[in-house]
Amino acid sequence: MTELLVHTGGLSTTVQDAGRDGHYAIGMPPSGAMDQYSFRVGNLLVGNSEGAAALEATYIGPRLEFTDTRLVAVTGADTPVTLNGEPADTWRALPVGPGDVLSLSPVTGGARPYVAVSGGIAVPEYLGSRSTYTLTGGGGLDGRKLADGDRLPLGATEVPPASGRPVPEELRPGFPEVTEARTVVGLCSYRFTHGALKSFLGEPWKVTKDADRIGYRMSGWSLDFVPREQPHGAGSGPANVVDLGYPVGSIQVPGGDEPIVLLNDAVTGGGYATIGTVVSVDRDRMAQTKTGDQVSFVSVGLEDALEARRERGERLARVRELLTA
Amino acid sequence: MATIKATMPGVVYRRPAPEAAPYVEEGGTVASGQTVALIEVMKNFNELSSEREGTLTRFLVEDGDEVSIGQEIAEVDG
Repeated sequence: MTELLVHTGGLSTTVQDAGRDGHYAIGMPPSGAMDQYSFRVGNLLVGNSEGAAALEATYIGPRLEFTDTRLVAVTGADTPVTLNGEPADTWRALPVGPGDVLSLSPVTGGARPYVAVSGGIAVPEYLGSRSTYTLTGGGGLDGRKLADGDRLPLGATEVPPASGRPVPEELRPGFPEVTEARTVVGLCSYRFTHGALKSFLGEPWKVTKDADRIGYRMSGWSLDFVPREQPHGAGSGPANVVDLGYPVGSIQVPGGDEPIVLLNDAVTGGGYATIGTVVSVDRDRMAQTKTGDQVSFVSVGLEDALEARRERGERLARVRELLTA
Repeated sequence: MATIKATMPGVVYRRPAPEAAPYVEEGGTVASGQTVALIEVMKNFNELSSEREGTLTRFLVEDGDEVSIGQEIAEVDG
């Protein structure tokens, strides 16, 4: 088995795949790549199956040395990349050999670059997935983010290399000034006043410094609850409800003024009112917002959410076609 | 004159702990690689260091300010 040498791990780089589905009932969130689109395109570029394990970095990516012949591709956030010190393209497969060093600079747009390597990152599976879940230290490389000097096992390359064509601009994500997050209002939106719902959907929110794979805390406005006598088991605070499951993407409002969008590594349930749920496709966009960025929540119905998912599937199909043509 | 730029977004602190003295005062000298501030993001405190040695002439942000990636934090002369 060959290895990938980690010269520097970057700020917070973890091994992630498509996610650890099917264990929500035991309180295990899916983890997995936060921006599924960029992650999957990265794998397609290097000839992997779409869900192969890759690296997800945050703000500052890693520096990596290869020990054999591979293809590597960097997708996701805008990040200057060098190969052996020379500027290299992103959103394109790069052939590498033993001793070659790939280095990512701090991001210039977006938040999370992905590094996909042909053969995939071959850390052992844990509950059917290679995704890292740092809160309990499971999956990935010893359940933690990469550290300088780590060695990552790589899988065997099975499929022929991809074409080497770049992914065109229109099939890459954009990083607008205000990111729109389509949101299905519920499950506990009845707990908020009409005015609160209006200001929640009306004005952009700012991503605070507490924004990671577990959740994004947002600031900007105050949300009022409808007064009521709390039911048994709910707790005394106006933000408390009787415990419920939290869908990934749901937006809990613990204090009324700082909603938290729960993401891939979040707790699976609890007793805070949830005002809505960001649709799965737009969690790709959330993943590429960073501290200080603005997000505006736009109310949509379930049909729109499913339509958005279908569109993302079509975009991926176009990338696949382009790279195999 | 060079500036030290934020390598990540977050909240900047000029001291290692609330009660501690600042890493460096304006007008103080810094060595290459010396920590001049912390940036808190994603529940982690990340050290921000000077790339060169010289005199840290002034800070361009206040203690506790929110900064964006690439924002200028301090000026170093030397």
